[in-house]
Amino acid sequence: MLAISLVQAFLVLFGAPLLVGWMRQLRSRLEGRVGAGMLQPWRDLVKLLRKAPQQPEGTGPAFRIAPLLGVACGGVAAAAIPLLSTRTGLGAGADLIAVVALLTLATAALALAGLDTGTAFGGMGASREMTITALAEPAVLTAVFALATRVGSTNLPAIVAATLNHGARLASPATLLAAVALGVVVLAETGRLPVDNPATHLELTMMHEAMVLEYSGPDLALIELGAAMRLTVLLGLWSALFAPWGIATGTSVAALAIALAALVAKTALLGALIAVGEVFMAKLRLFRVPELLAGSFLLAVLAVTASFFLA
Amino acid sequence: MSTDADLLDLAAGLFLLAAVAILWRRDVVAQTKWLIVQGAALTGIAVVLGADERHPELYAVAAGIGLLRAVVLPALVRRAIEARSEDRETAPLINIGASLLAAAALVLLAYAVTQPLVRLEATAAARALPVGFAVVLIGLLVLVTRRKALSQIVGFLLLDNGITAVAFLAAAGVPILVELGVSFDLLLAVLVLRVLTARLRAAFGSVDLDEMRELHD
Repeated sequence: MLAISLVQAFLVLFGAPLLVGWMRQLRSRLEGRVGAGMLQPWRDLVKLLRKAPQQPEGTGPAFRIAPLLGVACGGVAAAAIPLLSTRTGLGAGADLIAVVALLTLATAALALAGLDTGTAFGGMGASREMTITALAEPAVLTAVFALATRVGSTNLPAIVAATLNHGARLASPATLLAAVALGVVVLAETGRLPVDNPATHLELTMMHEAMVLEYSGPDLALIELGAAMRLTVLLGLWSALFAPWGIATGTSVAALAIALAALVAKTALLGALIAVGEVFMAKLRLFRVPELLAGSFLLAVLAVTASFFLA
Repeated sequence: MSTDADLLDLAAGLFLLAAVAILWRRDVVAQTKWLIVQGAALTGIAVVLGADERHPELYAVAAGIGLLRAVVLPALVRRAIEARSEDRETAPLINIGASLLAAAALVLLAYAVTQPLVRLEATAAARALPVGFAVVLIGLLVLVTRRKALSQIVGFLLLDNGITAVAFLAAAGVPILVELGVSFDLLLAVLVLRVLTARLRAAFGSVDLDEMRELHD
């Protein structure tokens, strides 16, 4: 039902900054600070939206489009992934490869915007981000194939419905390996530790922050919102593929309410795990990140071979 | 699928994952921990096969394997590591990212090469056979591309674990006498390599075998 897709998109739109606030608050508490509260990202967004829009001299359409594309891709991906129910109104359009392509489109647009500014930091952030994305894409697609060979299609609702029907598949080596490979890729694509530090102030250690250094006002608000939506969408995708319990298979209101509660619980739990892990982890040096992503690719290849030959 | 087949798949998957982790980690201490995990997975494979084929002597062989490969051998390697940092880091001839990609290619090669064997029987053990071959090839990769003697010992142990896994998956184990003989040979080899490593370190100050290319006075 198209209504469910719209509900999912708005849920991610309004809930993403809450998730970011939850992770930051948890991390603050663990580090011994009081923290700014779960609503702080929303307060920041409202403050930024009230400012006058500014565009640096010499930037063009690439700079203007990237924030809008980030939020738009996050919204469409949220509509396509079966977060609440497998009956999303997009039918055959809810393809796993299409969702991955949407998220990569947003990354590429942001990298182009970073290059458009003409500053050294923009270029450096853009080149680092594209290196990470180029190495993470083979791992994502191979893990997608590992999941799709079991079901025979890359249609997301079909994969989730198949996993719900055959619960034993979740304990097979193929699914476990694909889960770890996709977990590493989620950390890389959302710019979390150990790939990129989301709380760093030093430009030389930044990747995402270096690309968006020139943004201010409403554009910066959209960039932050897009990044938060990306995190929520990727965590929702991971939990839909590997922990689909609670996702409704019909459209009844009771099932949807249960699905909503399950989605909130699963996303909060995954966010909490990432936040707690970040307290104990250090950022990898940049030349070690290809090693991590090559390992993730190897795990995805093992998942594909396991799903072809061990099943 | 029966639970026995599922358990065998999980044990074989853990076995292969331990081999990949040994290739991935730079630190020899971490590699020793993964050797323990691999020994436990190998014991798991033997136990599941023993329950499946109803060979009670496989349980005795599994106990022996568990003791040797999950306890004794990793402990020997661990004790051979000194506290100095130059012995703890591996210095691969190809960097870790390239070795991981090479391991992916080797796993695919192992699956392609063992297809005739897998087609002989439609059991879960035959389907898991390529995992043993893949671990043999990954062990050879570690043995060939590491410079430090301790990392090469770890590669040698990986190779032997893989050979044992292939023996179990293809033929439900070897007779207990053969297993005892092979285990004692392995133990002796590791002890000799330990003594050799200690002598190398005392004589030359490091265990980087690439430095030892010509005769010295």
